[in-house]
Amino acid sequence: MEHIRTPKVENVRMFDKLTPRKCMVGTLYLSSTHTIFVENSEARKETWILHSLMSNVERLPTNPSGSPLIIRCKNFHVYRLLIPQEKDCVDVLASLTRLSHPERYGELFCFSFNPNLDKELREKAWAFIDLKAEFIRMGIPRNLWHATAANHEHRLCDTYPSELYVPKSVSPAVIVGSAKFRSRGRLPVLSYYHRDSSASICRSSQPLSGFSARSSDDEQMLQAIMKSNPVSEFMYVVDTRPKLNAVANRAAGKGYENEDHYTNIKLQFIGIENIHVMRNSQQKLIDVGDLVAPTMSDFLWGLENSGWLKHIKAVLDAGVFIAKAVAEDGVSVLVHCSDGWDRTAQACSVASVLLDSYYRTIKGLMVLIEKDWVSFGHKFSHRYAHLDGDPKEVSPVMDQFLECVWQLMQQFPCAFEFNERFLIQLHTHIYSCQYGNFIGNCQKERRDLKLQERTHSLWPHLWENRAEYTNPLYRNDHSQTQGVLKPLTTAYCFKFWKGMYGRAEKSVTSQSPADCLNAVREESQQLEEELSTHQEVPRETDAGQENCRAEGEDFRGEEEDQEVV
Amino acid sequence: MELSEHIRTANVEDVTLRRPFHPALRGTLCVTSHHLLFSDRKDEDSWQLLILLRNIDATEKSVENLFGYPRAVGSSGTITIKCKDLLVLQLEIPGMEECLNIASSIEALSALESVTEMYPFFYRPSHLTLHGPWGLSSTEKYYKQTERLWDRWRVSTVNSDYSVCPSYPHAVIVPREVDDEKLVQSARFRQGGRFPVLSYCHHRNGMVIMRSSQPLTGANRKRCKEDELLLQAVIDGSLLGYIIDLRSTQQAQQARMTGGGFESKSCYSHWKRIHRHHERGKVLQESLIKLVEACSDPSHSVDRWLSKLENSKWLSHVHSALSTAGLVVECVERDGHSVLVHGSEGTDSTLLVSSLAQLILDPASRTLTGFLGLLERDWIQAGHPFQQRCAHSAYSHARLKQECPSFLLLLDCVWQVWRQFPLALEFSEALLLRLAQEVYASNYGTFLCNNEQERCAAGVKENTHCLFQSLLSPDIEEQYLNPLYEPTDLAIWPSVHPQSLQLWTGLFLRWTEYAQNMEEAREEVWSIVKEHRERAGPDRTNNTPSTHCDTLTPFENLMDELTIL
Repeated sequence: MEHIRTPKVENVRMFDKLTPRKCMVGTLYLSSTHTIFVENSEARKETWILHSLMSNVERLPTNPSGSPLIIRCKNFHVYRLLIPQEKDCVDVLASLTRLSHPERYGELFCFSFNPNLDKELREKAWAFIDLKAEFIRMGIPRNLWHATAANHEHRLCDTYPSELYVPKSVSPAVIVGSAKFRSRGRLPVLSYYHRDSSASICRSSQPLSGFSARSSDDEQMLQAIMKSNPVSEFMYVVDTRPKLNAVANRAAGKGYENEDHYTNIKLQFIGIENIHVMRNSQQKLIDVGDLVAPTMSDFLWGLENSGWLKHIKAVLDAGVFIAKAVAEDGVSVLVHCSDGWDRTAQACSVASVLLDSYYRTIKGLMVLIEKDWVSFGHKFSHRYAHLDGDPKEVSPVMDQFLECVWQLMQQFPCAFEFNERFLIQLHTHIYSCQYGNFIGNCQKERRDLKLQERTHSLWPHLWENRAEYTNPLYRNDHSQTQGVLKPLTTAYCFKFWKGMYGRAEKSVTSQSPADCLNAVREESQQLEEELSTHQEVPRETDAGQENCRAEGEDFRGEEEDQEVV
Repeated sequence: MELSEHIRTANVEDVTLRRPFHPALRGTLCVTSHHLLFSDRKDEDSWQLLILLRNIDATEKSVENLFGYPRAVGSSGTITIKCKDLLVLQLEIPGMEECLNIASSIEALSALESVTEMYPFFYRPSHLTLHGPWGLSSTEKYYKQTERLWDRWRVSTVNSDYSVCPSYPHAVIVPREVDDEKLVQSARFRQGGRFPVLSYCHHRNGMVIMRSSQPLTGANRKRCKEDELLLQAVIDGSLLGYIIDLRSTQQAQQARMTGGGFESKSCYSHWKRIHRHHERGKVLQESLIKLVEACSDPSHSVDRWLSKLENSKWLSHVHSALSTAGLVVECVERDGHSVLVHGSEGTDSTLLVSSLAQLILDPASRTLTGFLGLLERDWIQAGHPFQQRCAHSAYSHARLKQECPSFLLLLDCVWQVWRQFPLALEFSEALLLRLAQEVYASNYGTFLCNNEQERCAAGVKENTHCLFQSLLSPDIEEQYLNPLYEPTDLAIWPSVHPQSLQLWTGLFLRWTEYAQNMEEAREEVWSIVKEHRERAGPDRTNNTPSTHCDTLTPFENLMDELTIL
């Protein structure tokens, strides 16, 4: 609270980007977690803006009507305010700048967010996703793969989960030796096992090969992974970096696998750019969305110039390559980049979505994110700027994964159980710090922060509201739903994600075919039930729809509803 | 010359047909006066492909063994057939001479100039009779239906012998107080005799949309009292009307040098002129050619694709057409003024803008029958020169004459509206695609000739079948209906922000896998809706009116997948 200089400012105007002439007058309140704008109108409409979602607050020069303040959020919402007194505006700016840049984990919203769950329910909520069960679901053959305790207490690699799956044939010494030969100890371990072909996707960081170093342990490790797939004679090592970057890393004693040292591997470079390139690209894309009255050419030129869709294509191409190797050729793949927590996570998870229809369900996507991202040490707090820190660590890695899934949904409208809203909601919560799931940079850090005792889990909350996130076209017996997806990656298949980046253009939502279909479905179901009890067909059956609306325990949900209505 | 004289080789055996997504087929190729017929040789279920020669836009032939022995056993040739509906086929024909014969037959027979030699005059399916009703709507019918017109407007038959304006229909709607003599004078003052006539009367406020060609003011600022009186009578006492001139101010000024011009403020004091530049003719045709070329090369990188898409300018043309239509709607609906739309000839962009404005304003034009009626009145009877404009499509190498894809641009704009308001139109994308095909090559007489006078002279109504009637026949109609249709009385304002406009993949990527993937989703939508209707029983199949709000604005595409169906 000590950071709030002015808790309340009256006669503030909030502008709509679409109709700049139109604005609402109201009062601005600053709480420790939210900025709330309450309209003076009859309806007293409220707009809640979470401080941890603000990416940038900017004050424009004062003009005769007041001091303009622009709040940009990490989920690409933009709020334009006009504050009558310059002094108030300066105070609000100072307060928000501080509040939106927490310096310690303890300041984050998740530690004060309290949805009134008792202790037991909270623990149950944290147990909602069970990764052990997930590896069983994959159908790992026990004679070939097993969980090793080598990383117990994170002794071997502090950014890996404590339980790792490795080929049963490797000895503890080989595991340790391989970890020593890999950047930050991130040794090759199992990420996904494809039952139909017995091929697997493993992941690691780059080897410390430099110009000539080698490690027989690491070579044995790869050999063991290859052998764990009885039918194939070689395996792919997919280096997701551009080859030039990989070569440059050799000078720093890192690099890539020498094909002469490892028997039966094929090295493949994919060429996904690094986090700095991606950060700049996304900024350019956001700028395109911000253009005032652009022509068609401005827009298309800006889209091209941002390079964003090109990068999305690169990530999807990586996934397609891996999925094809695993499903069609039956060849196991080891995926790595530099540290193995950004591009590697992207490539593995995109491939998994293509390979396994389970990951195309609501629960499945949660499991996938928990496995490939959360447990394997994707640096959420660094990448999504949860704390005030090095801006060079920030990058939209997860944004790109979610967008790849969205692009796939465009090509296969019936293949996914969830809808676009689900992806957008995930995106918001990755940044919002409202739930504990994405706080910290690895499992060890989360354990040390005692997140499970002090914060709540997002997953059960999303699961309870799944009706809102369901794609009406999805049926689990549909042909599109089955088997491996083989998307086209022709340039014209990639679209600008308007639902995500075009949010500045938000306007009254009156027609959504998805909602219409959902309503139709629910109505049908209800009619069915009523018919079976031999009752008369009712006229109005909207109740089902009302039930899916979240009951304001989630601030984001509330904010969305208020804005849309 | 008889048509059959163009055919030197009518039959070839052992031809190989290659087309997208299908394995190559061997069979017999047949050339008739109007068709190319390919049928595979299997006795049972023989599969046939029938292509109207008129649909063929360009052929490319490559012959092997050109300098060798003319009748050598191994000689063969390949004809690539590029259709006006953008399908590309390849035929491998054994025998060089046969190949050349067939290619020259196709070239001659696909470019017939005489209307009465065209296929619609020979199309005699057993389920249709020539004496059925022809067409859906006409000036008189529209007048009869529109009660608001009866007081101040009348139907004039001054053009009954097409002498006043050769490209107008025999009847037009004009202000009651303007007599036929004045109309004749006004016609002399307008290019091609296209004097201002009523196109639409808004059901909410009685304001009208008029259309015409440019006034022939010329360099010495000629006036025409009757023309001024006619326009004065249109606004009848109200203080203001808007003239939307579809040329830039500069172009309109330049037009005076060649005898054209614009309505000056001093002579038409109650009319306010607004200029909006629209491309026409050759520029539009070249834009289409560039776009189709960009779409037909899947090897482009994302950057190159976006740059080619931008460079084609097609979406910019869609953007300006929808923007200007929005402007007309704003004048009529929001400000309550009548509007006159014209460019130069008044046969292309004029019709485009006025019919789009109607679609946005008028719920009656959003039904299947209403939309076809609109096309009939505002395009076919209004004298859009279909035969000249659609002589060639995007592949032709022929020198451009009068070709211009104005009508295709209309369909694209309608598709954009449909995409943004997926519940508001009764018809589906399938209808737009069918029309895009029929306008270039058809079994029906609907799009033949350039105006009503020509159609009368050729006896189109007596000797051909009507496409619109056939589309509405009960067994065919359903495939063109939108399962999600919910009528609304409101104006549907499309967003014209560049990020809201998309490439019409259904048309331009029609023959790629991309479009194929959507079919399943479309079926799924239908099956959900049908299932619902069955359960709900016959009394509930009627669409319930949608919940109303002040204006409909484009819906946020929460689930884009549904909007591409």
